[in-house]
Amino acid sequence: MWQIAIVLIIYLPIVILTGHYLFRVTMQQKTWLDPIMDRFDAVIYKLSGIKQVDMTGKQYVLSLILSNAFMVFIGYILLRIQAMLFLNPNNIDNMEATLSFNTIISFMTNTNLQHYSGESGLSYLSQMLIIIFMMFTSAATGYAACMAFCRRLVAKTDTIGNFFIDFVRVITRVLMPLSIVVAIILVSQGSPQTLSANQTVQTIEGKVQDIALGPVASLESIKHIGTNGGGFNGANSTTPFENPTVISNIVEMLSMMLLPGACVVAFSLMVAHRKEKTIFGKQGLSIFVAMSVLFLVGLVTVYVAERAGNPIISELGISQELGSMEGKEMRFGVAQSALFTTVTTAFTTGSVNNMHDTLTPLGGLIPMFNMMLNVVFGGKGVGLMNMMMYVLLTIFIACLMIGRTPQFLGKKIEEKEMKLIALCILIHPAIILLFSALAVTTTAGVAGITNPGAHGLSQVLYEFASASANNGSGFEGLADNSTFWNVTTGLAMFFGRYLTIIIQLAIASLLAKKMFHSDSVGTLKTDNTIFTFLLVAIVLMIGALTFLPALALGPITEHLQLYLHSA
Amino acid sequence: MRKFFENSKQAILITLTMFVLCGFIYPFAVTALAQGLFHHKANGSLIETDGEAVGSELIGQAFTAPEYFWGRVSSVNYNVYMKEDTIPDEKGRVNYSGVSSGTFNYAPSNPELKKRIEADIEKFLLANPSVKRQDIPADLMTASGSGLDPHISVKAAEIQVERIAQASGLSKDEIEKIIEANTEKRSLGIFGESKVNFLMANLDMMKKMEGKEAHQ
Repeated sequence: MWQIAIVLIIYLPIVILTGHYLFRVTMQQKTWLDPIMDRFDAVIYKLSGIKQVDMTGKQYVLSLILSNAFMVFIGYILLRIQAMLFLNPNNIDNMEATLSFNTIISFMTNTNLQHYSGESGLSYLSQMLIIIFMMFTSAATGYAACMAFCRRLVAKTDTIGNFFIDFVRVITRVLMPLSIVVAIILVSQGSPQTLSANQTVQTIEGKVQDIALGPVASLESIKHIGTNGGGFNGANSTTPFENPTVISNIVEMLSMMLLPGACVVAFSLMVAHRKEKTIFGKQGLSIFVAMSVLFLVGLVTVYVAERAGNPIISELGISQELGSMEGKEMRFGVAQSALFTTVTTAFTTGSVNNMHDTLTPLGGLIPMFNMMLNVVFGGKGVGLMNMMMYVLLTIFIACLMIGRTPQFLGKKIEEKEMKLIALCILIHPAIILLFSALAVTTTAGVAGITNPGAHGLSQVLYEFASASANNGSGFEGLADNSTFWNVTTGLAMFFGRYLTIIIQLAIASLLAKKMFHSDSVGTLKTDNTIFTFLLVAIVLMIGALTFLPALALGPITEHLQLYLHSA
Repeated sequence: MRKFFENSKQAILITLTMFVLCGFIYPFAVTALAQGLFHHKANGSLIETDGEAVGSELIGQAFTAPEYFWGRVSSVNYNVYMKEDTIPDEKGRVNYSGVSSGTFNYAPSNPELKKRIEADIEKFLLANPSVKRQDIPADLMTASGSGLDPHISVKAAEIQVERIAQASGLSKDEIEKIIEANTEKRSLGIFGESKVNFLMANLDMMKKMEGKEAHQ
């Protein structure tokens, strides 16, 4: 238990520091890296013909979608011809069409759902040119969208910020320096970083063993810092080469928690900026605390459920002192695994250090629920935007109850915005539940299910929750490399990402254009404890109302069966 | 319309620039740094005896001989195979189809899980008649997430001592010492679990046994 608490305590100061740095990068304020980075960025702007002009909300979204579209185009072609290119020492074949479609959407949307296995599905060139490249650019895209959103909430105009500038600055000043440092730490713990082919060794029992190598560390660092989550190897961060020690495990967890949390801090500073200098603005703090409460409740549940073990294994008469160890690694044990599971689904990364399909029913329910809510910190940038939808909804509901005009940061929330907010909140559950319904009613969908009983439904729900939340972890037993699963999850990821971002920026544009009203005595306060409490309640209520029936048929049924059976 | 073309041009150019920066320059720079600073680790922490690589410090191996420590259950058999496993049988199936990682992905409620564990317990008890069922720690009978886990719990190593002593001719004391030498305590006393690297322990076993033979 202590090892979990200590990791969370280390997290707090570094997230605040990073938040301040992120704020400076976003608002183009001075940092100590400027003398070098300004020149570096100038070269990139020149090469790409980028000018420092402010964009309207519409232009911003258009630039975002255009650049993502070109990246998808290049990536898809490369996957289809990888066998013919260089840096392919293990002679990997070209990727099949529907699988390539799924893979490319998956990495461009920051999801990193993988229906292939890295060791046998991708050449080193593809790992670098497609996977690493998209890990940087998809993370930068999400961050740029979030900062455009936040700027519009506090600005008095819709013409502010430039997508390309935001995009470049976050890569060169945040993602790349951090990735290089973390990659070297991971190599120091034992992650390989080499371009030579896999090794075959003679074991001392006279057999042979294949050892998969590759440029693992450089992918591993941006995988976590950009909340991407797609592994170099099939078994992701459970494999000793992707996550060699407890130290690397903690570094990877902190890496994925860093930027989603820092976005909230940066937002808090943007809001507070108008009035005073502070360490952590009050408005952002109330949101941060709400997210933390949801996170901690989930964490404790997973830990207790996994610590209790599997009653069926206890029945077999062996000692389960270490907790439920099926699908877990000995070097992490239950505590480090439970923390990783909660972090990776709350911060919407999707890398795994234990196999989620083998989690106890309640231990598996929490990661699923985290992705269904999609607001417990969430992915880099987009998590904050999702939470802001709930913030606006909470203000609206609270103001209706006490009969005041709903207003946030000086802007009135009116009919048009509320319609878009409601739409935005409904898209995510609609994608998950409708696609799940489709999967369980078609033979092609059912064919993927590999565990019998209630857990089979959990596999389906988890897959679509992960796709729509752009998480990317999976109940990996699901046989998901089929046309049905490749296409449906591809669509779920696509809509979950772009529809949401478009609607959210539209809402921000609407608010940006509104008149600013100073707060009066009658305005609902949105930066105090009562508001935090209300926010958590609304998130849980909406989440529970939408997903409880499905969860009751999946993990909750499995839990009851396990314990009633063994009682 | 002019604005749209302007935007598209910038979008294409920024894609290509980032393609070179993130896809080429970054991984090559990290490779150069890693190879320079941590040469052994950057190449997979391979262990060599007499100039031949026999494994990696970080990747477990499947052991079946009674004189060696056995590891956890692996769905990919630690990517360990014999030459004949790669030759297709009459039905065109192969026992080993290439390097991979992963687990069985059995849900806790899956009857296959119970069947697999029960069969493994029986097998283990047969090979270790002095061990009582309730003393077997679950990590030894459950599959690791990666199928490559190089560690077992300290208890899982200790219950194998009796069998290893009988099969290898070494004394229990010598084997206990090997366990102790290969035990990795919790990092800083708090993080993770205490564990034994069974591949490294087995390499020590081999050296001890060879030393004994040379002595006689």
